[in-house]
Amino acid sequence: MSAVDTGTRTRDVLGASALRPDGIAKVQGTFQFSSDLGGDGVLWGATLRSPHPHARIIRIDVSPAWKIAGVESVITADDVPGQMTYGLIDQDQPVFASDVVRFVGEPIAAVAADHPETCRRALAAIVVEYEVLEPVLDPEAVVAGTAPAIHPNGNVLRHQRILHGDPSVTGDIVVEATYDIGMQDQAFLGLEAALAIPDPGGGGVELHIATQWLHEDRKQIADCLGMAPEQVRLVLAGVGGAFGAREDISLQVHTCLLALRLGRPVRMHYSRAESFLGHVHRHPATIWMRHHATAAGEIVKVEARFVFDGGAYASTSSAVLLNAITHTQGPYRCPNAVVDGWAVRTNHLPCGAMRGFGVVQACFAHESQLDKLAEACGLDPVEIRVRNVMHTGDRMITGQVMQNVAPIERCLRETAALPFPDEPVGGHDGDVMRLPGGAGRTADVGHVYRGIGYAAAMKNLMYSEGFDDYSTARCRLADGVVTLKFATAEVGQGFVTLAPQIARDVLGVDEVVLDRIDTGVGSAGSSSASRQTWMSGGAVNAACIAVRDRLFEHVAARHGVEAASLRIDGIEIVDESGALRLSVADASAGVEFDETREYHHPPTEDLDENGQGNCHTAFAFVAHRAVVDVDPDLGLVKVVQVATAQDVGRVLNPLSVVGQVEGGIAQGLGLAVMEEIVQIDGRIRNASFTDYLLPTMLDMPPVVMSFVEEPEPLAPLGAKGVGEPPTISSTPAIVAAIRDALRQAGREPRLDRVPVRPIDIIGVHERPRT
Amino acid sequence: MSEHYTLHVNGVERAVQDAWVGENLLYVLRERLGLMAAKGACEQGECGSCSVLVGGNLVCSCLVLAASAVGEPIVTVEGLAPPGAPSDVQQAFVDCGAVQCGFCTPGLIIAAHDLLDRTPEPTEMQIREELSGNVCRCTGYGRIIEAVQQVAVARRTADAGAAS
Repeated sequence: MSAVDTGTRTRDVLGASALRPDGIAKVQGTFQFSSDLGGDGVLWGATLRSPHPHARIIRIDVSPAWKIAGVESVITADDVPGQMTYGLIDQDQPVFASDVVRFVGEPIAAVAADHPETCRRALAAIVVEYEVLEPVLDPEAVVAGTAPAIHPNGNVLRHQRILHGDPSVTGDIVVEATYDIGMQDQAFLGLEAALAIPDPGGGGVELHIATQWLHEDRKQIADCLGMAPEQVRLVLAGVGGAFGAREDISLQVHTCLLALRLGRPVRMHYSRAESFLGHVHRHPATIWMRHHATAAGEIVKVEARFVFDGGAYASTSSAVLLNAITHTQGPYRCPNAVVDGWAVRTNHLPCGAMRGFGVVQACFAHESQLDKLAEACGLDPVEIRVRNVMHTGDRMITGQVMQNVAPIERCLRETAALPFPDEPVGGHDGDVMRLPGGAGRTADVGHVYRGIGYAAAMKNLMYSEGFDDYSTARCRLADGVVTLKFATAEVGQGFVTLAPQIARDVLGVDEVVLDRIDTGVGSAGSSSASRQTWMSGGAVNAACIAVRDRLFEHVAARHGVEAASLRIDGIEIVDESGALRLSVADASAGVEFDETREYHHPPTEDLDENGQGNCHTAFAFVAHRAVVDVDPDLGLVKVVQVATAQDVGRVLNPLSVVGQVEGGIAQGLGLAVMEEIVQIDGRIRNASFTDYLLPTMLDMPPVVMSFVEEPEPLAPLGAKGVGEPPTISSTPAIVAAIRDALRQAGREPRLDRVPVRPIDIIGVHERPRT
Repeated sequence: MSEHYTLHVNGVERAVQDAWVGENLLYVLRERLGLMAAKGACEQGECGSCSVLVGGNLVCSCLVLAASAVGEPIVTVEGLAPPGAPSDVQQAFVDCGAVQCGFCTPGLIIAAHDLLDRTPEPTEMQIREELSGNVCRCTGYGRIIEAVQQVAVARRTADAGAAS
């Protein structure tokens, strides 16, 4: 259903829709995910978790668990040999709670046993006596300084303001509102699972793990085990989706501890309910924004206040908040800004990375504001946006100058020009499944209104604030076969498809072997922040070029030509004169070239106290249009179509990009109309796929799309990362379309929170402020 | 309470020894018979990752007690096609980009085979409705629908060719 031609393939070089090398194994069920690893004699591990959001631990008695036949080990904080805490940025999260628990689900002990059922009974037998404490659940109380500290590091994870330009400027037109964004779960399907194999003698451990960043995991694990990093070897096990939820430590340290203690392999698997407790989530946020504009609709100032609930531990909250506040302006010029941002600690579930990383929340607010501005100025939603688009060379509210290609107007115009759905409300066939509520058969076609909404987004690529998130790749060429080695986590996005395409392009080979993905090569950084095509793609490209240089020197010496005169033409090496032409296979017969390269992006810097600084590496842009059908009386929504034009720099694999775009939009749709982790009194109430709703094939509409290709000069392959933008402005576009439908029904919709619930559409009562 | 029983899986009688009777079919297929294609992702029949055929019916194996499947033919993804020789549905999933992380894929493959066997020329809405019990978090479903449609067309073309 896309307007994009995924083309026919001759060679699987850059630009071709090369197929996944792991595809056949995945469709045949032979691909090994982390939860598929085990074997005879491998013990099962399981985790005891806190039932309280905040409590003091008075006593832990594990002795009853030891008495159960089949239990091999029971461990607590007393058994952690190294650092007692871990964390991506601040190491503030205990491996096991020993004195205080700070969220429902915090680990307290772990067991290893012969059967999952034995584990369950062992956990139930452990006695923990608590003194229940009052939980801190109101982020505003933390901002106001009225909440007691629930952690030695205090409750403010980050406070950062941005002051830019003249704060006293006002506009002819002023619009403001407060927006709420619910807590979203990444809901990857492949639950957390790992297999730890201790070295004989206990001098090290090998962990097979589904993660986004092997080397960062290794560092944190080694610290907690009291080992040197070299003693801990990580191997990427098959990853069943990630979306940010595998950036933090979950069961890694526990599994290794059990295996090392027992001198036996241990596997640990989370259940779905446990997974909701065991990984970080997208931050719930409250965002106030006030936009000032001229009567013609030109934005002159934005004011904003962000409060992000980070939950019990720091994770990446400080970086998520940075992303949010530095994207206050969205993809629009804005000369003046006053922004105040808080990320705070509460006794809610810890929050961290999820696809979009802070920008999702900011975008819902700024795009809702743009629609308010459009209405106040009498402009249509595309025109207000086009009138304000940022261009290359513009200064952002951080003072940083936009250095990337910035085809935002093209994204908006091309999105608006994509075809609309050809079916009316309810379709030509009158199939009730086309109506809001679907199989519920509740909506009547006569009471359904169709709405259209637009939104656009800017998203930073790679890591920010001075972090050198480099990537490493090794390329070997021998006898016409290339072997690539990297530690880049393949989480489903398709780097294992892209890397061989790069090698074929650069080296003129067709056979590319991928070595095992593990810590046996330098770090690749994280498979997050839409960064691996740029960063690991850059590293693979650099390693392949280094090998090609050596190959050319070898050919030049053997054939008496200048190395500088040689180039790759298809699968052959030719020289400028045309006198020499030989295949890469022949040229590399009997020799081996082996080169390892790191790719680093240009350095970035911290923000100063006024939020000024070149903190981000690069940016990508996107626009979305949504068409929805709404039953305003029942509060039901059917998303009919999403259209998008995305700034991708250069399409390296059309089929892969289509997959990222459609998949990202599905997650944006989820946040718009159905996905929210509900916590009441600090307890999650919907930790299952029965109660936490994910878009199904019936919820997800056809997507029409256009790739905006303006190669990015600063990117090693000309390509920008494509993973996150689809998730970002699809949400506000869908909500804008719902508002549009409701206006046609004569309603005055606010819809200032996501997900939009039936009661928000019906407006039967005021939204509770939590 | 351990049990001995025999399951008929992919055309082969498989003995299950010393199993706790409370084990579901998914656990027994994976942990006792080593058939790892069916995946556990929600454990309550919401996501379809563990889909298999029992007695010709598409079921979530996490919801079926293994001991209750005695006497019924069971088909898992391993039983659809030999390794390295994918079925038409399997090949179409790869060709159409319907696979990303792949965790939902075996369940979808079983469900798509079942759909196309029962409904050789499904409409797009039939595909959406029939496969809505299989959650995919990566793809947004567009390429999966494309793959199923491609198989339907290819089978019809092949049938037409065989008939002429």
